[in-house]
Amino acid sequence: MIVATLVPLQLTGLALVALGAPAIAFTRDPLRQIVVAGLYSWALAILFVIFAAPDVALSMIVVGAVGYPLVVLVAIARTRKGKDE
Amino acid sequence: MTRRARLWLFGPAVAGFGALLVWAIAGLPDFGSTQHRYGYLINHVALPERHMTNAVTAVVFDYRGFDTMGEEFILFAAVTGVVLLLRQHEREQGRESSDSTRSDPVRVIGVLGVGVGVLIGLWLIALGFVTPGGGFQGGVAIASGVVLLYFAADYRAWSGVSRTDVLEPIEGVGAGAYVVIGIAALIAGMPFLTNLLGPGKAGTVWSGGSAALVNWAAGMEVAAANLLLFGEFLEEYIVPLHGRRA
Repeated sequence: MIVATLVPLQLTGLALVALGAPAIAFTRDPLRQIVVAGLYSWALAILFVIFAAPDVALSMIVVGAVGYPLVVLVAIARTRKGKDE
Repeated sequence: MTRRARLWLFGPAVAGFGALLVWAIAGLPDFGSTQHRYGYLINHVALPERHMTNAVTAVVFDYRGFDTMGEEFILFAAVTGVVLLLRQHEREQGRESSDSTRSDPVRVIGVLGVGVGVLIGLWLIALGFVTPGGGFQGGVAIASGVVLLYFAADYRAWSGVSRTDVLEPIEGVGAGAYVVIGIAALIAGMPFLTNLLGPGKAGTVWSGGSAALVNWAAGMEVAAANLLLFGEFLEEYIVPLHGRRA
């Protein structure tokens, strides 16, 4: 019974991740790419929860949706402002 | 390189990589068919032996605590490296603060997020041995909560809270405490990082004994390290835009 509800969930999670990865690659603007990458991290985190790995999901959230975008955002802010002048 | 040449390089490379990937995936055991013995073992001994209901954190800070100490020092060394490379000797004073947020919703949600982030972080660390979480995730959550101050207000508000003279000792003490707790066991005549305080009461913040202290030490170190890291990047990228050219 649990398996019957879990399989569609697992497929949905896998589909989200499968769609998210090319979405990052096809986003050309770096600023938007960070947002897409952040959303992709959330998709991965959801996938990890579905596959019963909540600890890994938490690590995914803090690294992919918090740590990485923050550092890259600041770098982009710098290059952007430099370009405007 | 011309587009043609790049395609010639890309084609075989992607074909080779794809073939290797398919080969590797084809060799995997069927989904859900095997349960590794180590996972089975830990699931059965973590609760009776260490009174920890979260087997993952039990592995990270107790069974495999020595490895985690190495991981903690990787972060410590990385942040030290960044600080050494990026920190400027003189800090600009009286800089113009033109980066303040003007949108009221962003300010309100941001300030709420500060509290929520820090609270979630403390919760993740405190209950690391009970529910999913632990020092590493909790530490980053605390740091991200504080970082929200910059987005909700401005650089000045953020740098008033996230001060290097406060964060550096916290980071050092966090990293050092991990080792000190480990050595305390050696002094007591037991192997490094042996739990000195007993296993504690399962399902509470007191489960874990001295492993809980190790967990808090790692949380301190990670939170301070992330704030220092973000601070150095901000100094490097934002301050020149608002300070020196203003």
